[in-house]
Amino acid sequence: MTTTPAIAIDRTALLPVALRNDFPILSEEVGDHQPLAFLDNAASTQRPRQVIDALSGVYERTYANVHRGIHTLSELSTEQYETARRSVQRLINARHLHEVIFTSGTTASINTVARSWGDANLRPGDEVLLSVMEHHSNLVPWQQTAERTGAVLRHIPLTDDGRLDMEAFERLLTERTKLVAVAAVSNTLGTINPVAEIIAKAHAAGALVLIDAAQSVPHLAVDVQALDVDFLAFSGHKMLGPSGVGVLYGKEALLDAMPPFLGGGSMINEVKLSSFTPAALPAKFEAGTPPIVPAIGMSAAIDYLQSIGLDAIHRHESELTRYAYDALSQIEGLRILGPAPEHRAGLVSFAFERIHAHEFAQVLNDQFGVAVRAGHHCTQPLHAHLGIAASTRASFYLYNTPEEVDRLIEGVLAVQRMFAPQGRQRKRRQPDE
Amino acid sequence: MPSEEELYQEHILDHYEDPFHRGHLTSATHAHEDKNPLCGDVVRIELELNDEGKIKNVYFDGQGCVISQASASMLIEEMYGKTIDDIKAFTAEEMLALYGPRLTPNRQKCCLLSWKVLQSAVHSPVASGDEN
Ligand SMILES: Cc1ncc(COP(=O)(O)O)c(C=O)c1O
Repeated sequence: MTTTPAIAIDRTALLPVALRNDFPILSEEVGDHQPLAFLDNAASTQRPRQVIDALSGVYERTYANVHRGIHTLSELSTEQYETARRSVQRLINARHLHEVIFTSGTTASINTVARSWGDANLRPGDEVLLSVMEHHSNLVPWQQTAERTGAVLRHIPLTDDGRLDMEAFERLLTERTKLVAVAAVSNTLGTINPVAEIIAKAHAAGALVLIDAAQSVPHLAVDVQALDVDFLAFSGHKMLGPSGVGVLYGKEALLDAMPPFLGGGSMINEVKLSSFTPAALPAKFEAGTPPIVPAIGMSAAIDYLQSIGLDAIHRHESELTRYAYDALSQIEGLRILGPAPEHRAGLVSFAFERIHAHEFAQVLNDQFGVAVRAGHHCTQPLHAHLGIAASTRASFYLYNTPEEVDRLIEGVLAVQRMFAPQGRQRKRRQPDE
Repeated sequence: MPSEEELYQEHILDHYEDPFHRGHLTSATHAHEDKNPLCGDVVRIELELNDEGKIKNVYFDGQGCVISQASASMLIEEMYGKTIDDIKAFTAEEMLALYGPRLTPNRQKCCLLSWKVLQSAVHSPVASGDEN
């Protein structure tokens, strides 16, 4: 039987399939000897040869600690590490190089703002405005900060189709609001949030804005000056780079006024036995040995993404997403989470009344080679709001193909058949049933 | 990597579709509920223990994947009529063996949820009037 619904795909919107050859891991087999279709890119992405070579090149030729030696290798590493900072600066169009702080990832970036800016600026009764769709890493740090400072957390509710309720946002935005912290793109719903509008309105109300860009910077062109955003956080591993590195962008004046968060080497100017003076930006927020090689690898990933172009990548993902969305919409009993394709980035999450997400992820992997995420994707409050315990998520990137989407759909239909009620009966062991 | 025929054996799907004692026990003396926060599987077990520590009756309820729910049914069926000492002596390895198919570490958590709930349930008396 044919299981692929007849949905049209606009191949002119897609990137050349040949770029898959840059990604060695994509020729692996998984499950029962199935070719891999990697549709778990919102969790983490794969790396092209160019990034892998950049990483091993550092270890083979130039590696040493940065900013502390005068020997050749330390100078080489330092130069590469600072060049990586420059490529991040260009990617997001930061005004100053020292507004780019390397962290261990989005989580660390948000925690830095919550601890440093939050502890120094929030008073009892001040409000931080989040949303119901936030990732745990943009909820828990603020819960911790609220506990320390007495600040109050508010949450922008969602519309029925999984977008931010912007009318409610405007009502919640008051003179008590000191910070608005929201994701640019939801990692579960795929919703692209209107960050420019949020920033403009928050600023008009006198609040700062932190954007969790973990799901946007890898897929959409982001310009921090055009947005006038105050803080921006993202991760290298979600954009073809290594894990262990991420970025906190902050406006110079804000970062300058903030106390350092982690204390230790590199972040100091002068240390005495009972006191220290902090270093200038960006070192002030880069205590200890930084993620040297991951940052250099991230820079190679940025080069790679820019060689293809973020607009072309976004077009490719949008077309795959629309294709998947249309095909999944035809499946009876399947509930797609989040808005229509025109409001979403490159992912689709769905739930079935009767069949748990685990079954989808397991069978898709084993029989179809399709890697998807099953669970709550670090958005428990959002799942509670949607009234479901878990969902299955397929998330796309530049190397995915419509054929992989077809395998996803075929797999979903197979799972539906496999776990349909069949009037099965357990063998009776107990007499008294 | 276990294949699907192995993972979702017929007797497992049978337990999933036609579980042993799924529901509630009005006469419960002990009960416990827990979840696997990673995937949202939930299992609740209600026990009626007599004075000698024998299981007079036991029911489970819950929501979640096939492995978590089928394994709960299999466990409850296995323990029906046994004693508290039998429950305490029943190890995680024995639970995995009772389930059957080899499981990856992540899926073992699904299988062991009901086992953990049962181990806690025998220590969790129901306050009288608490259950209805
Ligand atoms: C929207 C969003 N925010 C934050 C994070 C956390 O990123 P990381 O785990 O790299 O710190 C993620 C990744 O799962 C995400 O999708």
